[in-house]
Amino acid sequence: MRKYVVALGAVALVAGMVSGAEAADKIKACFVYTGPHNDGGWSQQHDMARLEVEKHFAGKVETAYVENVPEGPDAERAIERFARSGCNVIFTTSFGFMDPTIKVAKKFPDVKFEHDAGYKTADNVSIYNMRWYEGRYVQGQIAAKMSKTGVAGYIVSFPIPEVVMGIDAFMLGAQSVNPDFKIKVVWVNTWFDPGKEADAAKALIDQGADIIVQHTDSPAAMQIAEERGLHAFGQSADMSKFGPKAHLASLVDNWTPYYIERVQAVLDGTWKSTDTWDGMKEGLVVLGPLTNMPDDVKALAEDSIAKIKAGELQVFKGPITKQDGSVGVADGAVADDKTLLGLNWYVKGIDDKLPQ
Amino acid sequence: MQQRPGDVMTMLEGILLTIVTAATPLLFAAIGELVAERSGVLNLGVEGMMAVGAVCGFAAASTTGQPILGVLAAIIAGMLAASLFGIVALFFVANQNATGVALTLFGLGLSGLIGDSFVGTPGIPIPKVNIPVLSDLPVVGRLIFGEDPFVYLAVALALATWWFLFKTRGGLIIRAVGDNAHSAHALGFSVLKTRFLAVLFGGACAGLGGAYLSLVYTPQWTQAMTAGRGWIALALVVFASWLPGRLVVGAVLFGAVSILQLHAQAIGIGIPSQFLSMLPYIVTVVALVVISRNRALLSVNTPACLGRPFVADS
Amino acid sequence: MRIVLERRLTPSRSMQYLSPLLAIVLSLVTFFIIFVLSGIDPLKALYIYFVEPLTAVWSIEDLLVKAVPIILIAIGLAFCYQSAVWNIGAEGQLAAGALAGSIIPVMFPLLQGPAVITAMILMGIAGGMAYAAIPAILKIRFNANETLTTLMLVYVANLFLDYMARGPWRDPAGFNFPNSRPFDEGQMLPIIAGDSVRISIVFMLVAVVVAWFLTTKTMTGFKIRVLGLSPRAGSFGGFSRNKMVMLTFLISGGLAGLAGICEVAGPIGQLRTTVSPGYGFTAIIVAFLGRLHPFGILIAGLLLALSYMGGEGAQVAIGLSDQTTQVFQGMLLFYVLACDSFIYYRLKFVRERALDAATAG
Repeated sequence: MRKYVVALGAVALVAGMVSGAEAADKIKACFVYTGPHNDGGWSQQHDMARLEVEKHFAGKVETAYVENVPEGPDAERAIERFARSGCNVIFTTSFGFMDPTIKVAKKFPDVKFEHDAGYKTADNVSIYNMRWYEGRYVQGQIAAKMSKTGVAGYIVSFPIPEVVMGIDAFMLGAQSVNPDFKIKVVWVNTWFDPGKEADAAKALIDQGADIIVQHTDSPAAMQIAEERGLHAFGQSADMSKFGPKAHLASLVDNWTPYYIERVQAVLDGTWKSTDTWDGMKEGLVVLGPLTNMPDDVKALAEDSIAKIKAGELQVFKGPITKQDGSVGVADGAVADDKTLLGLNWYVKGIDDKLPQ
Repeated sequence: MQQRPGDVMTMLEGILLTIVTAATPLLFAAIGELVAERSGVLNLGVEGMMAVGAVCGFAAASTTGQPILGVLAAIIAGMLAASLFGIVALFFVANQNATGVALTLFGLGLSGLIGDSFVGTPGIPIPKVNIPVLSDLPVVGRLIFGEDPFVYLAVALALATWWFLFKTRGGLIIRAVGDNAHSAHALGFSVLKTRFLAVLFGGACAGLGGAYLSLVYTPQWTQAMTAGRGWIALALVVFASWLPGRLVVGAVLFGAVSILQLHAQAIGIGIPSQFLSMLPYIVTVVALVVISRNRALLSVNTPACLGRPFVADS
Repeated sequence: MRIVLERRLTPSRSMQYLSPLLAIVLSLVTFFIIFVLSGIDPLKALYIYFVEPLTAVWSIEDLLVKAVPIILIAIGLAFCYQSAVWNIGAEGQLAAGALAGSIIPVMFPLLQGPAVITAMILMGIAGGMAYAAIPAILKIRFNANETLTTLMLVYVANLFLDYMARGPWRDPAGFNFPNSRPFDEGQMLPIIAGDSVRISIVFMLVAVVVAWFLTTKTMTGFKIRVLGLSPRAGSFGGFSRNKMVMLTFLISGGLAGLAGICEVAGPIGQLRTTVSPGYGFTAIIVAFLGRLHPFGILIAGLLLALSYMGGEGAQVAIGLSDQTTQVFQGMLLFYVLACDSFIYYRLKFVRERALDAATAG
C-alpha cells in the first residue's frame, strides 16, 4: 500500500497546484443527482440550473453530472470520482449525500463541495437550502381563499423537519385567512411514486378535501385534481401544464442564482465555506405562476410575497400554538433557524398525528 | 368539515371508484400471467413487461395523438418483451425464474432509455364512459356505468379468459400442456408452441396493464412508474389459485387494501404509515399460506408442470 | 429442415466453460452495435465501461468494496438454487441482518471493540437467518410458494427498516433526519487494505472457499445437488427435502444478513432507511452468471461490480444514461441462460419428414 499512498500524495500535490486560492481561467463544476436528471421535479430543477450555469459562463465553465445515485457508499464513490476527475466544485443535491460529501471532502481539501439540504459543513464544504416554507405560507392563504369545503389534502413523503415545516407554514397561512381551516394529511413514504400519489390525492378528495398540496415530486396529484375539477399546488417545478384548469401556484425551486454566484466565487478564487438558507427575497423560492384564481386572491398572494421579500412578514412569528395546546412560539417572538431546522411539532388545527 | 348527508354516499362512491381503478392494472397483468402459468410457465418478468408497455404506450399515444395507437403499441411491446422470455426460457430451456428476473431488469432499464425524452410531458386524457341517467344513479351509477373503458375491458378479458380456458378446445390444450406436458406432447400437441403463445398473451396483457398506468391512471411517463405492481400481479395469480373469477375478486381486494390504508391515514388513525404500507404484502403471504396449506385444494387448480422446462424426447 | 434441441448424453465439459464466455462476447457485440447505432464511439464506450475502472488503484478498491456484498449473497443463493429452492428475497434478508446487527451500536453506543464487532456480525447473520426461516417454515409447513413469499417479505423488511431508521432508532442529535447515530470506529469492521477495503472481503473469500468445499467435497453438498435435480424425490440418503429447504434458506439468509451488517458497519457506517441499492436482486444474476459455482460466482460478482463502476464512469465521460447498465445486466443474463442450454443440449438439424414421423409415432 506504500505505493498507493505515494500515488495519492502525488495526486493531491497536482490538484493543489492546479486549484489554490488565485483566480482560474476555466473550471469544471460537477453535480450529483439522486434521481433522473429529467424527473420533472427535484433533480430536474438542479439540472436546469446546471445548464444555466453553462450558458452564463459560456466557455469558462464545463459541467458534468451523475444521476440516479443511491444514497450510501455509491454516493461516496460517485462524488470521489468527480473529485479525482478534476472537478473544482461539486454540488451534491440530496440530503442523503451529506456524510459521503464530508468524507470525500476530507480527502480532497482543494476541491470545493456544496451540499444541499444537510447541516454538516467543513472548510471546503458549504451547505445551501431554500426557505420553501415562505411559499407554503402563501399557498395556505390561497387555499383558504379558494376552498369551498374548508379542507385541504396534504400528500407528504417523510416526517423530516423540512416537511413538517411546510405543513405548519401552510396551516399558518391558511389560518390567517380562515381560522377554522382544516388539513388532512397522508404519508406515502416515498418522494416519487405517481400511482401512490394519485391514490393519495383521490383518498383525500373523497374525504372532503377540495385543494391538494403535495410534498412529493410527481405531477400525478395535479392530474387527479384536474380530472376531478378541483385545485392543486405544484411542487419543485412549474406543474401548470399537468393541470391547466386545476393549477393554482407551483412552489418552484430556482437554484440558478445560487449556482451562478458560487461558481463565480470559485472562478474568482474567493470561495469560502458558507451556510446559505435563502428564500423568496434572493429569488431561490419562486411561487408561480399564479393561475386559476380570482383577482382578489391573486392580489392577496402577490401582496404576501412582496411582504415576505421585504421582510415585513415572518411566517413563524408568535404567538403560535402547538397541536397539543402548548406554546410553540411565544407572542412577539420569531422562531430562529435552529428551531425551524429541528421542527417536529404541528401547529394547532392540523388533523393528523405526526409520526415520531 | 360540514358534512351533508349526501356526502357520505359521495365519499363511498369515490372510494369504490378509486379501488376499481387501482385494481384494473393489477387485473390486466394478472390475467396474462394466469394464462401463462396455466400452460406451465412461470414468468417473473411481469414488472419488466409492464414497464415496457407503459413507456411504449405513452410514447405512441403522445407522438400520434391517438390513445388507441398507444394501447396497440403497448400490447405489441409487451408481446415483444415476452417473446424474449419465451425464446430463452422455452426454446433454450433456461431456468424460468432467472429468465424472468432478467426480463424485469432488462425491461425496467430499456423503458428508462426509451422514455427519456417523454419525461415531464402530460399525456392525453381518455374520457370516461358517460351514459345519461344511468351514470347519474347514486353510488352505483358511476361505479357501473361511468368507469373508463379499460375497466370494462379488464373485466371482459377476465370473463373471456375463463370462457376460453374452461369452455374451449384451445383452453383445454393450454391446461393439458400445463398439467402434463409429456402426455400432451404424446397426444400430438405442440407444447412449446402452446406455451409460447400463452407467454405472448401474458406479455400483451402486461403491456395493457402498463398502458393503463401511463395513459389513464396517471397520464404521464416516469421511470419505474410501475412501482412493483408486476410483482403484486404475480402474487395475485397464486392468491386466486389460478381461477379468473377469483382473480377479479383478488384484484379488488388488493386495490382495497392499498386505498383504504390511505383513508385510514386521512381520517387520522395513528398507526405508523410504514405498517399500513406493509399490509398488502402481508395479506398476500397470509393468503398464500391459507391457499397452499390444503394440498388437495391447491392441486385441483395448480398447473402441475408450473415452472418446469419441457424438451421433447424424440 | 428444422432445428431442434437434443439432450446430450453427458453434459458438455467444454461448453461449461465456453458458455459464460460466449455470453459475455455476445453481450459485448450487442452493446457494440447499440453504441454504433446511437452514434457513440463504441470502442471508447467499451473501454470506459470495462477497462478504465481497472486502471486506477482507487477504482479497483471501490470495485472490490462493491463486489463483496453481491458475492456473499450470491454464494448463499447458489445453495438454494442448486436445491431448486427459489429464494429471491435476499434483499429482505439483508435488511434483516442490517437491523439485527445494528442493535448494539444503536442502543448501546458505549459498547465498542473487537468483541462487540464480532457480536454485531453474529447478530447480523442470525437476523438474516431468522428472516429466511420464515419462508422456509411457510414452505415446509404450509407448502407456500417461496418465490412469492420471499419477494413479499422483501417489501415488509424494507418498510420495517424504514420505520426503525425514521422512528425509534433515529439519531437524537441528527435534526430529525432519518438515520441512526453514526457508528464509532470501534463498532465498524476494520480496514485491512488501502482506503476502504474492510475485513468483509476476507469473509467473502472464506465463504467462496467454504461453499466450494461444501458443495464438491462433502456428502451434504452432494445430497443437496441430488435432491435439487429430482424435484419429486422426498428424501435422499436420509436427508429429507424439508431439511434441505431449511438448511439452504438458513445458509443464504445468514450470508445475506452478513452482507447487510458488513455494509452497515462498513461503507455506510450507520443504519439508514435503505441499506442496499438492490444487491439482493443483483446477486440473483451473479449466481446464475457464475453458474451456481462458487468460483464462477466470484468472477461473475467482480464482472457485475465492474459494470456498475463502468456505468458511472460512462455517465460522467460520455453522458450515457445509467439505465444502460441495467439493460446490459439483463441482456448478459439472457445470453448466459441461453448459452447454458448448450451444456445439456445440442442443436440438431432435423428434416421435416423425420420430425413428422417422430411426432406421429
